Amino acid sequence: MKKKLWIWQCLLLVAIFAFWHVATHPEILPPFVWDNPDRAAFFFGEPVKIFKAVYVWFAGGEIYPHLWVTLQETALAFVIGSALGLGIGLWLGLTPFASALLDPYIKAANAMPRVVLAPIFMVWFGLGIWSKVALGVTLVFFIVFFNVYQGVKEVSPVVLNNATMLGASRRQLLRFVYLPSATSWVFSSLHTSVGMAFVGAVVGEYLGSAKGVGYLIHMAEGSFDINTVFAGILVLTIFALVLDFAVSFAERRLLVWRPTQGETQPH
Amino acid sequence: MTIAVSFEKITCTFAAKGGGSYTAVKDVDLSIAAGEFVSVVGPTGCGKSTLLNVAAGLLKPSSGVTRIFGEPLAGVNRRAGYLFQSEALMPWRSALDNVTAGLEFRGEDKAAARAKGEDWLARVGLAGFGDRYPHQLSGGMRKRVSLAQMLILDPQILLMDEPFSALDVQTRSLMENELLELWNADRKSVLFITHDLEEAISLSDRVVVLSAGPATHPIGDYRIDLPRPRDVSEIRLTPAFIALHDRIWHAMKEEVLKGYRQTRNRTSA
Ligand SMILES: Nc1ncnc2c1ncn2[C@@H]1O[C@H](COP(=O)(O)OP(=O)(O)OP(=O)(O)O)[C@@H](O)[C@H]1O
Ligand SMILES: [Mg+2]
Repeated sequence: MKKKLWIWQCLLLVAIFAFWHVATHPEILPPFVWDNPDRAAFFFGEPVKIFKAVYVWFAGGEIYPHLWVTLQETALAFVIGSALGLGIGLWLGLTPFASALLDPYIKAANAMPRVVLAPIFMVWFGLGIWSKVALGVTLVFFIVFFNVYQGVKEVSPVVLNNATMLGASRRQLLRFVYLPSATSWVFSSLHTSVGMAFVGAVVGEYLGSAKGVGYLIHMAEGSFDINTVFAGILVLTIFALVLDFAVSFAERRLLVWRPTQGETQPH
Repeated sequence: MTIAVSFEKITCTFAAKGGGSYTAVKDVDLSIAAGEFVSVVGPTGCGKSTLLNVAAGLLKPSSGVTRIFGEPLAGVNRRAGYLFQSEALMPWRSALDNVTAGLEFRGEDKAAARAKGEDWLARVGLAGFGDRYPHQLSGGMRKRVSLAQMLILDPQILLMDEPFSALDVQTRSLMENELLELWNADRKSVLFITHDLEEAISLSDRVVVLSAGPATHPIGDYRIDLPRPRDVSEIRLTPAFIALHDRIWHAMKEEVLKGYRQTRNRTSA
């Protein structure tokens, strides 16, 4: 069943690209929407040319520095945003006064559309990777922060009391109970926060930079090179899928202690 | 005779929902001698866990003093181990790491702690299960891990809150026998909470009966002079056991019914 589904999914992908090819190629179909046969290709690109562009990028090695920059930005934004979210989430979760005091500010900061900060970050951190990292951090931080904050509040009081009875000091409770419990919440939001770090990196590149996949797309758009734009989007999509796969892998390794449903093995 | 735990006029009043207050236990005087196994029985919701939390130092009573080996208790009771009524293991730690947690908190050497932990896992019948996580163990196995986790620290006082109530009858009598055996090895003072009178009689030196809430207080204190060592499932069939059971049940019955009616009224009100 699973194998069959996989085949169907591949066939669907092929069908989509085939339809795209047939509908945009200037010579296969008579133009029924546009009077000019090249119009469809102008708006929607041509899959063959897109694949060629992707192939040239990878074969010529031109894409690797850009991918590397985007990966760096994503990783840095994720790590820094998660660390800040974890630290501040723990702190506010454990000090009711501070959390009550800061509550409206946190809500406001979270409600603000963070993308508008991108130009400000460019003024602060320049056009290099750090302005993109900063944008990613503002996106990742709140996801991790809210998860950790909630996680701290929901640590089982029985587990806490038990650790206390086993002789844990307040600091040991923080290290051996609150921190692992909060970390598991960070991991439960891993997919979303890695995705957000990626969005921050690409949007930042798009809005102003000299490197990265977002920059490639932006440049191609500037010269109305629709095929290169789609090639960039394709690369980004595959990149995101690989990233998501890596996250799933890390999750399986790190959260072995988590109960999952239906863990029996088939014979 | 040294007294391990003594409650002196312990009263616990909680703030109730929608204002007002609820006095769970009132003027409780109770003492447990060193090396004595005392069970406390009482209807559900009467304040058994509350009393145990007071003895553990996790709950400060509204008034009254708790003495531990003569010293008034302030803060957490460092001489006591606590077996909780509900799940208390750290789910992100393997069984072995859970058992050795207390040693780690004390800063003991890792390798020595591991060896000791393996030994305790074997003693509670879980040799080879050390690398399982709590969710990979059955309820009974988790209780054994909790038991090892508590006993590895060699506390002088054991506080146990209905530890076996969630287990099936067979596993339960197995674990009761194991507990008695472990206890027999180095008679610690035990305060054992249960709502099961048979369990209380078959394990203990003394059974204390609590009244129904509110303002719960002891209404009976029975010495159980059945011979030791005991087998919990065999001793239940002896005439001496049945006679004791009849006597205590007779005193309890009225309270159980009262407690049931009160709980029902409180929830329907
Ligand atoms: N923190 C609290 N706030 C308010 N009321 C409480 C609190 N803790 C306990 N109570 C009340 O005190 C009473 C005694 O509770 P306790 O948990 O000690 O009962 P119990 O005898 O252990 O019951 P069970 O056998 O069901 O475990 C209950 O009526 C409960 O509602
Ligand atoms: Mg209870």
